[in-house]
Amino acid sequence: MIKKIFLAGNPNVGKSVVFSRLTGVQVISSNYAGTTIEISRGFLRLGGEDIEVVDLPGAYSLDPSSKSEEVAVALLKEHHKDEFIVINIVDSTNLERNLYLTLQLIEQGLPVLVALNMCDEAKHRGVSIDTEKLSHLLGVGVVPTCAVTGLGIKNLLEKINDVKLLSRPQVSHRQRWQEIGVIVEEAQLLSHRHHTLRELLEDASVRPFSGFFIALAVALACFTIVRFIGETLIAKVSDPVFFNFYQPLLNKLSVFLGPESFIHHLLIGDLINGAIDFRQSLGLLTTAPYIELAMVLPYIISFYFVLGLLEDIGILPRLAMLMDSILHRIGLHGFAIIPVLLGLGCNIPGILATRNLESKRERFIASTLISIGVPCVALQAMIVGLLGHYSGFYVAGVYLALFAIWLVLGMILNHFMKGYSPELLIEIPPFRLPSLQTLSQKLFLRIKGFLVEAAPVVLLGVLLVNILLYFKLFDFFTGIFAPVVHGLFGLPKEAVVALAMGFFRKDVAVGMLMPLAMPVKQIFIAVVLLAVSFPCVATFFVFFKELGLKALLKATLVMISVALITGTLLNLLIR
Amino acid sequence: MKKLTLLQMKEKQKGLILDIPAGAALQNKLMSMGIYKGREITKISHIGLRGPAAIKVGRSVMVLGHGMASKIIVETQ
Repeated sequence: MIKKIFLAGNPNVGKSVVFSRLTGVQVISSNYAGTTIEISRGFLRLGGEDIEVVDLPGAYSLDPSSKSEEVAVALLKEHHKDEFIVINIVDSTNLERNLYLTLQLIEQGLPVLVALNMCDEAKHRGVSIDTEKLSHLLGVGVVPTCAVTGLGIKNLLEKINDVKLLSRPQVSHRQRWQEIGVIVEEAQLLSHRHHTLRELLEDASVRPFSGFFIALAVALACFTIVRFIGETLIAKVSDPVFFNFYQPLLNKLSVFLGPESFIHHLLIGDLINGAIDFRQSLGLLTTAPYIELAMVLPYIISFYFVLGLLEDIGILPRLAMLMDSILHRIGLHGFAIIPVLLGLGCNIPGILATRNLESKRERFIASTLISIGVPCVALQAMIVGLLGHYSGFYVAGVYLALFAIWLVLGMILNHFMKGYSPELLIEIPPFRLPSLQTLSQKLFLRIKGFLVEAAPVVLLGVLLVNILLYFKLFDFFTGIFAPVVHGLFGLPKEAVVALAMGFFRKDVAVGMLMPLAMPVKQIFIAVVLLAVSFPCVATFFVFFKELGLKALLKATLVMISVALITGTLLNLLIR
Repeated sequence: MKKLTLLQMKEKQKGLILDIPAGAALQNKLMSMGIYKGREITKISHIGLRGPAAIKVGRSVMVLGHGMASKIIVETQ
């Protein structure tokens, strides 16, 4: 009896989409190699039995050459062959290259069922595959599927119990490619097509001049869309809800509790000019939800919507190619642009995505640079919310300062750390029209992730700070750190509280700067400092888990130095 | 017939891979992606300043770092 199904296939053939279809478990899928970094597991109910489905990271072959491929191979060898089957997901638009892994799987004597995925796209591209003939030539079952729409998944399920073990002689790599040549010749028919606009764009996107031009246009468009959606959501949805519906309720509660009580201090916070001020009161029910839901959430939605588009269209690997030579100067290669972009959403997925980089040195450099120089979208939203009031000039200044720090620190790390940077080797996927379903599913997953992770930390952080403030326990700390914060950075010593809060969550920390009534230059310094100093505690933990204690300590040392130098320099420069 | 490295090929030029003087690990990795001796490829582009090169192999587009691309020797018509 089958107890397990492994989903195996080349990178970016849609394994995760098939996985979601089979198990109903939602996972993030995109149009680039290496989206799945952790092995997802789920269950499929078939004929009254629960079968475990395992989504393996993409692999080109069974000779493991990267860490994620090794994992896939190790898992396949661990189990008894009667207990599982392998569904080999194949990209029908690229049959030839995909069959290499297929033949290897069959040669290993594994029970294989082939899913010819993306069959709709193959049709559009003038590829037609004779399923029967292919099945005959391979000796295993072949089912055409289109996982994005769900087509063929039912047929796939029906064939699961028919999978048999068969033997195929092991051959050399070269012979395997020859066999594939014969199979493809017989089973695949290519009809000649004129170049479409899409193909012209695909071509232009990997050429030097047109490529950079397209990348620049895309970057500008993204920036504009993120801002437009974010601002619109705030103006039309979140602000009206907070001010027109929520505030009257809170006003009643405030009167009921009495402004002098301890509970009032915790829940509502301070009254500013006799009224609740969502930006300054600092209460558990006022500023905390306002920051997360009205200032940050709108930008989480707009950022992840646009990132999802970029991922699904297939822009990211092209950026990796264009950025390769620049990233080599900081000890990385082009692929590292993907963790950096993910880090602009939240540093955690960014650091996790560095698993796709080959060496530990690269992972350390990339993760450290992400924690220090890449602000997450929650922090960015607050920066825009706080500094945008004064002028866009300051907002741009923050980005410029962070980019400069990122670049200089990268070059320094590359210079002083021993080792070399491996080279880029990636496949560029075709441009694809994003499916609304994967797009919205992914957006929903990410928003949920944000809310689940942020809410408890924010509430706990604000609660803790409020208690400490009420009993004036912070005076002790502010006293200790005042020489640094005031003397070196030129900030009022109350900013210590906000900088300390930065360890819990950066967005709330920026929020705590709001009541301090600092001149804009000081806000600018404080915001940059918050961005480069300790990452939030969640990122800290993931950094530790991924790279170990020694690396974390090293990175922390770098962070402290960067924060000290940056704060002092900015204070001297813009005074 | 000319022997060139991938970097020296012109855009849209076709050629057969003649040799990949690299370690076994890299050769195997390239092999599994369909890049091996005797394979026909088409150069698409390469990015200056020691940037990578893009080639078409079969129906897929692969991008190889500068050093790797300089190790792939191609015979062109």
